[in-house]
Amino acid sequence: MDSKKPGRRRFLKGGAAAAGVAMGAGKIVAADATANDMAYSKKDLIAYGERSHYVTSIREPVPGRMSPDAFGLVFHVTTPLQDSVGIITPSSLHYVATHRGSFVPDIDPKQHRFMIHGMVDRPLVFSMDDLKRMPYVTRVHFLECLGNRSGSKAKTVQDTHGLTSCSEWTGVLLSTLLKECGVQAGASWMVAEGAEEVKGASSIPLAKGLDDCLVAYAQNGEALRPQQGFPLRLIVPGFEGIYQTKYLRRIKIVDRFYMTYNDYGHINPDPKVTALTVQWGPKSVITFPSGGQQLSGPGFYDISGLAWSGGGAVKRVEISTDGGKKWQDAELRTPAYRMAHTRFGLNWKWDGKECTLMSRCTDDLGQVQPTVAEAGKFFGDQPEKARVRGTDNSIQPWIVAADGSVRNGHA
Amino acid sequence: MGTLKLPLLALALGACTGWAQSPTYGLGKNPSADEIRAWDISIGPEGKELPPGRGTAAEGAKLFLTKGCGGCHGPTGIGARAPALVKGGPERGQPIPPGMEGMHMSPDTGIMALRSPYAVTIWDYINRGMPLFKEGTLKPDEVYALTAFLLAKNDVIKEGEVMDEKSLPKVKMPNVNGFSDAPPWKHGQKRLAGYQ
Repeated sequence: MDSKKPGRRRFLKGGAAAAGVAMGAGKIVAADATANDMAYSKKDLIAYGERSHYVTSIREPVPGRMSPDAFGLVFHVTTPLQDSVGIITPSSLHYVATHRGSFVPDIDPKQHRFMIHGMVDRPLVFSMDDLKRMPYVTRVHFLECLGNRSGSKAKTVQDTHGLTSCSEWTGVLLSTLLKECGVQAGASWMVAEGAEEVKGASSIPLAKGLDDCLVAYAQNGEALRPQQGFPLRLIVPGFEGIYQTKYLRRIKIVDRFYMTYNDYGHINPDPKVTALTVQWGPKSVITFPSGGQQLSGPGFYDISGLAWSGGGAVKRVEISTDGGKKWQDAELRTPAYRMAHTRFGLNWKWDGKECTLMSRCTDDLGQVQPTVAEAGKFFGDQPEKARVRGTDNSIQPWIVAADGSVRNGHA
Repeated sequence: MGTLKLPLLALALGACTGWAQSPTYGLGKNPSADEIRAWDISIGPEGKELPPGRGTAAEGAKLFLTKGCGGCHGPTGIGARAPALVKGGPERGQPIPPGMEGMHMSPDTGIMALRSPYAVTIWDYINRGMPLFKEGTLKPDEVYALTAFLLAKNDVIKEGEVMDEKSLPKVKMPNVNGFSDAPPWKHGQKRLAGYQ
């Protein structure tokens, strides 16, 4: 994707090929690559491969609530975005969020059924086989939890932004299924429900269901992971995480907002705040350099980050290296899919002085990512007391200290 | 798919043909009205789908202990590890009473029976999600009784009031205007007009 420029990666690649040739001072020795099959199991070598044991990047329980909790339940688990490259989150590192803490249900896909009923002419029950016979689409979409908020206590980008991930999802468009059922006039909302122990359910505008929602059975080239709703989940592109109903078993077409299990406690008395709680705004974050990382000294670095929007595709990402005084356009290093993480980068020469790095996303609706102060201004907050209502899409500052250490600019 | 059987429910809703189109793929089965009823636990704010049943706060108080609710929420419904269900906890910013550190102390505004905009929402929540690890095992009468217990304990209804499929949706909740519905949506819509 960055093959057009003589970038850092290409240089490193060339360097690796020429390993053993002395470059500058000091002797360069090729790494010992002797076969060591002992490090990998037979299952690993043949049936289903694991990553290198040198790679140790892992998910972590969200700061402030341990998992498993006092009841043995898993609550929220964060993606290590500081180690991310490209735009696809490995399925095994995809963030997990559960409404109140949860066990993963063990659902036999042969037994699983998905029903559409309510205000339709023909209620229908689909087996997984039925769904896999239908025309499918494959789309890249991010998911993100309402709890993904930056704050002064967070240290790393995993703490500040780790409740978002991005996958390639495959499944049947809900609009295709709704057409089979024949939606009746007067219908305006739908209630999507999972098959897990609490039968978690959300009210979703029917217009969204008819637009781009996906009844997905696959993620990143294989079946959904159990923690991601195996065998079936609803993808509601760009909407807050709670709508992305896992273990999807039922959609009821109705004529009003239902205030059901997942709605209660999710929305707000103020309709303006509620509106900011449903569809994600334009958002971005620099993943390198980010909090907790260490630069080895002045010189060349490739600033890297992710941008996305619940309203559409990323149109533009700007980067500031001086705390927001001047901005310059970053390069989009991947295709900008709708409601998907998009990788951006900027070649940067660090002069060794303390500086603040920021990124700002503009989406194709023209929405611009705000600072915390700008987000609060709409509600009349004084700049020093400003806070972000609804989902937090505010600009994340990272401070690079003169010693090369990087810390959270909100701290 | 064989012959197309229109279930009674669809007929009852009125066979409007607004966006109706004939099926293209012929996949999936038509559920019977009974099958739909067995699956359909969604209950809207008006309580139209509530099953028949009845219960009182006194019955609910007993069930609260025998069904294990008190084990997590505390025998009195407050001051244990699971969310407080009965008012009287410290307000936001007030100190936690001695011996209650680490326990769930919610200000009254966080208590479900006071916070929920509709009484039906409490019924739906208990019916789906409780008791922990035995979800979906309570009978309708038991859910009505437990709902009555929580409403009475928080002075939303009187102690002796019977909660059933008729009376529950009519309960006047103190926070009925405390929630906005999620806004309608259309393709290409910004989050909020005038917002950044």
